[in-house]
Amino acid sequence: MSSMIEFRNVQKYYGEFHALKDINLEIDKGETVVLIGPSGSGKSTLSRTVNGLETIQEGQLIVNGRDIADKTTDINRIRRDVGMVFQHFNLYANKDVLENIMLAPRIVLKMNEEENKKQAMALLDQVGLADKAHNMPSQISGGQKQRVAIARSLAMKPRCMLFDEPTSALDPEMIDDVLGVIKYVTSQSDMTSLIVTHEMGFAQEVANRVIFMADGQVLEDDSKDKFFDHPTNERARQFLSKIIKH
Amino acid sequence: MIHLLTSNWSAFISGFGWTLLSSILALFFSLIIGSLFAILEVVPNKALRIIGNVYVEIFRNIPLLVITMFFYLVIPLYIVKINGFTAGTIGLTIYTSAFIAETVRAGINSVDPGQMEAARSQGMTFWKAMRYIVLPQAFKYVIPPLGNQFVNLVKNSSVLAFVAGFDLMYQGNAIASQTFETVNTYVIVGIFYLIITLPISYYMQHLEKKLA
Ligand SMILES: Nc1ncnc2c1ncn2[C@@H]1O[C@H](COP(=O)(O)OP(=O)(O)O)[C@@H](O)[C@H]1O
Ligand SMILES: [Mg+2]
Repeated sequence: MSSMIEFRNVQKYYGEFHALKDINLEIDKGETVVLIGPSGSGKSTLSRTVNGLETIQEGQLIVNGRDIADKTTDINRIRRDVGMVFQHFNLYANKDVLENIMLAPRIVLKMNEEENKKQAMALLDQVGLADKAHNMPSQISGGQKQRVAIARSLAMKPRCMLFDEPTSALDPEMIDDVLGVIKYVTSQSDMTSLIVTHEMGFAQEVANRVIFMADGQVLEDDSKDKFFDHPTNERARQFLSKIIKH
Repeated sequence: MIHLLTSNWSAFISGFGWTLLSSILALFFSLIIGSLFAILEVVPNKALRIIGNVYVEIFRNIPLLVITMFFYLVIPLYIVKINGFTAGTIGLTIYTSAFIAETVRAGINSVDPGQMEAARSQGMTFWKAMRYIVLPQAFKYVIPPLGNQFVNLVKNSSVLAFVAGFDLMYQGNAIASQTFETVNTYVIVGIFYLIITLPISYYMQHLEKKLA
């Protein structure tokens, strides 16, 4: 197994604020890694550095074989292979559902229009929204938006997916549909996923590995079973007991 | 007043024509130049952003008349001979473009940054994300203030009178000094301006309602 994402002594600052402190992390191809931790611990920041939405100030970050901190690396090339699903969906507000899915394959991958449309409809079918193809984003529910957003990412045929709290902005009754789709995505053997979530039941189901962050540091990085059975780090233990009680 | 209008008909109409032409040219070019500088003000590259900012701050904060005089007096001295109409229209274009840049930039900034992030995360370049996602959304925020800019532009075109631009205001001044019917002349001039500005106002309001 070779690695899909590798952090080597990565430091990230927002101005003076040290947001990621000496991160070392290796995620193998095909792995599903769940990232948890209290609010403000740097989970979003960490996941957003992987596709260059946030820049790092020190260290190396190798994604799909390319160092994204290297100035000569074409970040747009890397982003084709790394899908991102946002907490607030970020569907293109000026495009209907079908166009949301077809736009990037058309203008970035130069995919043939017919093939693109076929793929988009197949993806919509997969996420159970074929009948919403011609709705505008404002006309569908949050859960539906997130499923479209996942389909939009998959349309680029990514090798890796980043999910940043994909269900945190959803009404409870919509969460399961979205988690179902994510579970399907992560079950594909060649897909690497990094998922930030507070859904512990879901984490137990899909994760190979769990990473716990606090204050910009990785405090625990374990296999799923070890993490949930007996986490070694005291703060991770406290965090788990709090979040599982809810 | 009717007599004043009919006996000076050709002067009024010619002034009206030059005002209209200058306004249309300035509107067209200031929209292009203004949008370009608006985008310069939001690009990731810092040097380009500074260039955009400097342009906007300079031309927004100098009186239109000064900019126009500069083109009328200074450019012919060193570069190329231009007449009053050209100098006035260039001055008007540049002055207005700085305001349009501010308007368009504010529109771009009103678009949820998540839209740009989603587009970039899919491998689109900054320019593609702008073109396909951000600018079309910024457009609807920009329509109402842009309408105001267009109306201001038409009114400001009266600066041509100072540089012998043969526009409506220039003709009005000439007619008033020949006929001594000062009040009536400027009432007629005002009405001619309204003929251009009112339809713009109404059309913009209509467009705004349609987009809302
Ligand atoms: N753009 C930013 N500018 C300054 N500080 C930021 C920015 N984004 C995040 N931060 C800070 O970095 C820390 C980590 O934020 P974040 O990665 O969003 O945490 P999490 O996703 O774990 O809640 C927080 O203290 C937050 O205030
Ligand atoms: Mg977060």
